[in-house]
Amino acid sequence: MDIYVSQLFTGLSVGSILLLIALGLTFTFGQMGVINLAHGEFIMAGAYTAYVLGDHLTTQVSILVALPVAFVIAGAIGLVLERLLIRRLYSRPLDTLLVTWGVSLVLQQAARDIFGAPNVSVTSPSWLDGGLTVGSVTFPYSRLFILGLVVVAVGGIAFYQGRMSQGRRMRAVMQNRELAACSGIVTGRVDQLTFFIGSGLAGAAGVALTLLGPIGPSLGTAYVVDAFLVVVAGGVGQIRGAVIAAFALGILNAFVEYWTQASLAKVVVLVGVVAFLQVRPQGLVSLRTRTLA
Amino acid sequence: MAMLLLAGACGDKADEPGAATSDTGATTGAADTGDTIKVGVLHSLSGTMAISEVSVKDAELLAIEQINAAGGVLGKQLVPVVEDGASDWPTFAEKAEKLISVDKVATTFGGWTSASRKAMLPVFEKNKALLWYPVQYEGLEQSPYIFYTGATTNQQIIPGLEYLKAQGKTRVFLVGSDYVFPRTANKEIKAWAAANGMEILGEEYTPLGHTEYGTLVNKVKQADPDAVFNTLNGDSNVAFFKQFKDAGLTAADMPVLSVSVAEEEVRGIGPENVAGHLTSWNYYQTTSNAANTAFVKAYKDKYGQDRVTGDPIEAGYIAVYLWKAAVEKAGTTEVEAVRAASGGITFDAPEGLVTIDGETQHLFKTARIGKIEATGLITEVGGSGQPIKPDPYLKSYPWAAGLS
Repeated sequence: MDIYVSQLFTGLSVGSILLLIALGLTFTFGQMGVINLAHGEFIMAGAYTAYVLGDHLTTQVSILVALPVAFVIAGAIGLVLERLLIRRLYSRPLDTLLVTWGVSLVLQQAARDIFGAPNVSVTSPSWLDGGLTVGSVTFPYSRLFILGLVVVAVGGIAFYQGRMSQGRRMRAVMQNRELAACSGIVTGRVDQLTFFIGSGLAGAAGVALTLLGPIGPSLGTAYVVDAFLVVVAGGVGQIRGAVIAAFALGILNAFVEYWTQASLAKVVVLVGVVAFLQVRPQGLVSLRTRTLA
Repeated sequence: MAMLLLAGACGDKADEPGAATSDTGATTGAADTGDTIKVGVLHSLSGTMAISEVSVKDAELLAIEQINAAGGVLGKQLVPVVEDGASDWPTFAEKAEKLISVDKVATTFGGWTSASRKAMLPVFEKNKALLWYPVQYEGLEQSPYIFYTGATTNQQIIPGLEYLKAQGKTRVFLVGSDYVFPRTANKEIKAWAAANGMEILGEEYTPLGHTEYGTLVNKVKQADPDAVFNTLNGDSNVAFFKQFKDAGLTAADMPVLSVSVAEEEVRGIGPENVAGHLTSWNYYQTTSNAANTAFVKAYKDKYGQDRVTGDPIEAGYIAVYLWKAAVEKAGTTEVEAVRAASGGITFDAPEGLVTIDGETQHLFKTARIGKIEATGLITEVGGSGQPIKPDPYLKSYPWAAGLS
């Protein structure tokens, strides 16, 4: 019984990590149609931000400071990328795939030149060491912290898109760009902001991931494919879909891995998503629109 | 003088049965021409393996620089030709071909993963060119054109198992990355365990680069072994150790013995996450002898005081010196002559005395079990105490009879 509780928690935790990474992508891929393979490098930028700040601040607070700083730094890198390259490619998704793949390699090599090829380590604060033990089940604090962070991030985005005028403008542009432009919204400006937020979320995710994983130039590549999986399965551009998909995939992965092996679990999850998309190509949640076509 | 040597080299070549094609003759001749000898250095300088391989490249370049400063090899300066294998196995094969046929290098130092070595092997065998491979590996291989300066299984994995058994840790869980080295190593571990009264409670593999160890750690916890034998490679180690610790497992209760975690990896994992756990290697930065003191100083002076040395770094460094010794004994860089001269060559290495075993082209190496300290360095707590004869096919072990 205990092991099922542990595995359920592991599944939720895996789901929360997937969601944290996928949140940014639901904007840039889901809403803007940009297949941004450099998303993983924004995660890396966030992780290195935590590393650099860790050298200058006391360990107890550096992660809390690093979260907003990484958001801004990764967001700024995203903004530069959007201004220089991606805005020229909005109607050409396959070109964005190739261009951002190239950008991702450039950013990885840049990190390797700046920080060196070997992994670096970030000391996690002592208040995140160990875990909460209930009976024989341990809930690591680092995983609980990430779960909490995801709740905050999703709540923040829901509030932004639902209640704030900037966020509603963002939704309008994503749902119907032409109509939004006709209504007087400067869509280019909204695009920039969207890209900034999407990339920034990846940066914050990178800070959180320093608690669990390696910090090196190629750390983003380990996560980016899974994040795309969540966005596609959840329904393009749908936060609600992404939330459900991330946790469903996380729990599925945890239990299949428990019963079989890690490699097989990846296969099963991938086959499951492909099969699901055959039945529901638009993903879990889709936007209902009236079109003339 | 150079002309004489050149003529000599060509003469040797012509006497060599089956090696006298004009192509290979030109290769050897060109590498030997003039006042310099070109040598290849082929490691991943980009991609996921750069984490480990860049430092080995640095060590090899350090050795080349030192050799040049001391007068070179056969009175000629070495010129390194550095190529990037880019963590991609076909690229390793392609660059190896380029080093041999375009740059006409006298020998190549390179590779890290077994996959990259397996990709380069046919290229070196086809061209009858030499590769010096500096990393511990799974054994069961013996190419005439590769010198293996890292440990084979009986110099690393078996001493590790013996140490665990001596500590009374006889219920063991196996964790590894899903590729050739861990799978082969675990096959050997299981055969050893069956013959030596060790119980294997579980065997788990994760894809290379895997970072989610929640489930695997739960499985380990549930099996409750005395120790974990870890053949994970690369980034996965960071995630594994962080999540192992977060789950409340400690080195005191359940030590993890790793064979791919050296000083450099410890820095990336964070010493606080891995302190107290065990490793099995042939060399540590703390290994105490004059050769190592000089090596560590030279390495740090050249690349920075914050850098650390480690087993594969040392194995890369000594590979260059061993090749030099073999060339000087042969009097030529010609491959077959170097191979023939190599047997019995000894070198006072940072890891202690090593000897080339002419038959297997592996080294006699001393096994050292280490304990990771909170400082990030590793101190020796056990081992073989003397060099072990390399036995890549485990022929001298009755329990290994069924392994292929």
